[in-house]
Amino acid sequence: MKSNFFEVLRPGINSTFQDLGRENFYHIGLPFSGAMDNRNYLLSNTLVNNKYEAAIEFAYQGPLLKYYGKSTVIAVSGDVNFSITKKDKKLINGECYKNYVLENEDELDIISTNKSVYGYLSVSGGFVLEKILNSYSTFSRAKIGPFKGEKLFVNQKILINKTSDFKTQKKIKYVNTKIEYIRIIKATNFDFFSKKAVENFLNKEFIVTKLTDRMGMRIKGPIIENIKEKNIRSEGIVKGTIQIPPDGDPIIMLSDHGTIGGYPKIGVVISADYDKLVQLVPNTKIKFKLVNLPEAEKIYEIYRLETDNLINQIK
Amino acid sequence: MIKNILNLGDSSIYYDFGEQINKETNKKVISFFYSLKKANLEEIINLTPSYNKLIVSFDLKKTNFTELKKKIEDIKTSNIDEQKNKKIEIPICCDEEFFLDKERLIKKLKLSAEEILEKYLNKSYFCYMTGFVAGMPFLGDISKELRTDRLKTPRVKVPEGSVGITEQFSNIYTFESPGGWNIIGKTPYKIFNSNNKANPVLINPGDNVHFFPISKNEFLKLDEK
Repeated sequence: MKSNFFEVLRPGINSTFQDLGRENFYHIGLPFSGAMDNRNYLLSNTLVNNKYEAAIEFAYQGPLLKYYGKSTVIAVSGDVNFSITKKDKKLINGECYKNYVLENEDELDIISTNKSVYGYLSVSGGFVLEKILNSYSTFSRAKIGPFKGEKLFVNQKILINKTSDFKTQKKIKYVNTKIEYIRIIKATNFDFFSKKAVENFLNKEFIVTKLTDRMGMRIKGPIIENIKEKNIRSEGIVKGTIQIPPDGDPIIMLSDHGTIGGYPKIGVVISADYDKLVQLVPNTKIKFKLVNLPEAEKIYEIYRLETDNLINQIK
Repeated sequence: MIKNILNLGDSSIYYDFGEQINKETNKKVISFFYSLKKANLEEIINLTPSYNKLIVSFDLKKTNFTELKKKIEDIKTSNIDEQKNKKIEIPICCDEEFFLDKERLIKKLKLSAEEILEKYLNKSYFCYMTGFVAGMPFLGDISKELRTDRLKTPRVKVPEGSVGITEQFSNIYTFESPGGWNIIGKTPYKIFNSNNKANPVLINPGDNVHFFPISKNEFLKLDEK
């Protein structure tokens, strides 16, 4: 039997395999990892009839892949420019949230994301990958994940589990709306900061800087003045925690964050806003808005229902 | 025992065991950690013990802060089973080449290199927590005479396997990473190994660790990296 696979002609800037993430390893220092934008990860999978298979997550510039084998089905999610070049050189401009049939020797070029960071590529039936510590997610800093935890690389061959014969075209209308405010909940060291600092934090604009990756997002705005202690005893942190180091510039911890930290925490981004937060490109202006726990829970419930609705529309 | 329970964001519970940083407090944290681990609740997706805190992260699709906090109240905390917590012997080579902060420590501590090593090697250390980067153990307490601050300017790259000290603690750099601890030697062991599926990390919270000195030749023979 001939195998069916993708050959990586160009890996892109930061392309990795991701799934829902790696649970229950914080206590040994492994972050959650997983798809940064959870909703888009689920949507690309649903468009090809998958549930929780690994997808290729790319940032800014995605990979250029050549497909060899029997026809199969792919989908791309996010806000992404991509094209498919058929064997006879015919060029198809890709649309996100719609599935496509790939045939032998077609080339899939994921050119770039538009005013957003991450996008996802799913193939029906999933890629042939090894689970590492119960997950397909890649944590490249500690080289944990499929292909020895490496990002995609040139000439890599990625086998797929099965070719798909499903012929249904699946499509959905979905627009990645921009977020006006990042909603946060007060964190455990909220009272370490001066009244003025808290006022600035909740009212002034911050700018996303280039020092942003899967581990964290550094933002710049008014200095957040600490009037108590600049360091705390190292303790656990979670996704979305906003730490204020001694220089007063906030860092938001993202999916590949260190599991323990010693900087005071001023807030935590609510779960419902996380997908939107990670899509903010450098130089975007953002503002924070304070909500309480019951509000955050209610907003999450709406987010979850919306996601389920989208998934059901595709099915 | 637990002094305060707060929420950290909308999907974590923050258990505060008080301001005291010592073995006694930490043992309570670790006992609680192992009890929750044993209870194996499906809504819990991560547990992070540290010196005096335990953070319980949960799946907001399955539960919420109030509900899970209540459920956890019913879980009995048993003391750490001393049997379960291993005594681990770790080889260390303190050859010139690996004792990166020898001169600095001699100056700061006003001790000879031999005295520093003797004081370091004749104790065994309790693992308070594991983390920051994968598998890094935070060990303590080192002898009072060895306590000093971090490097003013952290190294950009500390080699994998390096053993460092600062304040009352010691650690092992499980991956090459930036860091500011005073480096006194290097272990040939791979402390974190993701290929070992059952137990990817050699040292777990609550374990006791003792370092034994080896020569450069032995180091090269044992080197797993």
